[in-house]
Amino acid sequence: MDKDWHHDGFSLEALRNGDREQFSRLVEAYSPLIYRLGVKILTNPQDAEDVLQETFIKAYRSLKDFDGRSKLSTWLYRIATNEALMLLRKKRPETVAIEDTQDDRDGNRKPIHIVDWCCLPEEELVSGESLEMLKKAAENLTTSLRLVFVLRDIEGMSTRETAEVLDISEAAVKTRLSRARLQLREDLSAYYADRLEEQNYE
Amino acid sequence: MNEHDDCQALLDSLSDFVDGDLHEKLCAEIERHLGTCENCRIVVDTLRKTINLYQITSTPPTIPKDVRKRLYRRLYLEDYLGD
Repeated sequence: MDKDWHHDGFSLEALRNGDREQFSRLVEAYSPLIYRLGVKILTNPQDAEDVLQETFIKAYRSLKDFDGRSKLSTWLYRIATNEALMLLRKKRPETVAIEDTQDDRDGNRKPIHIVDWCCLPEEELVSGESLEMLKKAAENLTTSLRLVFVLRDIEGMSTRETAEVLDISEAAVKTRLSRARLQLREDLSAYYADRLEEQNYE
Repeated sequence: MNEHDDCQALLDSLSDFVDGDLHEKLCAEIERHLGTCENCRIVVDTLRKTINLYQITSTPPTIPKDVRKRLYRRLYLEDYLGD
């Protein structure tokens, strides 16, 4: 293998050899992303911090086995999501186990709320109360749907990368993303339809 | 295909449609359907807006100072903490 092979701007050779300076650069570059991912998945800053620390401890130990076939970021995301899932299983074993396969099996439900709220003014769409509602709606998704939604629509990963991180098929990523988005659309529509009605009465 | 079948077919392809991941032919079919079905047009528009709202309100990735400090300490990287 090429000794000077660089990966995402990092020297894999140095990382594999346990180079502290190179590892600190990796931590500096990716810790904000991993922390935000943890907050979005776990919805609790303390859990996100635990996952952040465990992710980089695991990464440091496993760098020598990293084969370089995926991007370093994808590999780190994979460690982080596994850590997050482990933590969730410990805390809420009853919810995490069953929902995965269920989310792939059920079809898309027929839309209920058919209200065009796109015309609401920007300050209404992103008001403090609206932001709180957006957060709650995402938290209401099952873990497996939320993971896919966060990776694809918040972190901007491709379908292939998301499949790689979660170790599921690309078809499963698409199915779950579709379900997550449609469920969020329902929740947002219910909320914004009320805002629209209020506005029409004013 | 009656109108109801069109709506159901659209629902299953909706997510791919807003991502622009559909074949040209299917995409054109959906565009045509949207021209005549007001309900589906609303669902598509509000779905796009839903995704957009999450994207524009997502905070840039940052890490609180104390969280960063504790991470570097846990990894024995204090020498690289900087200011």
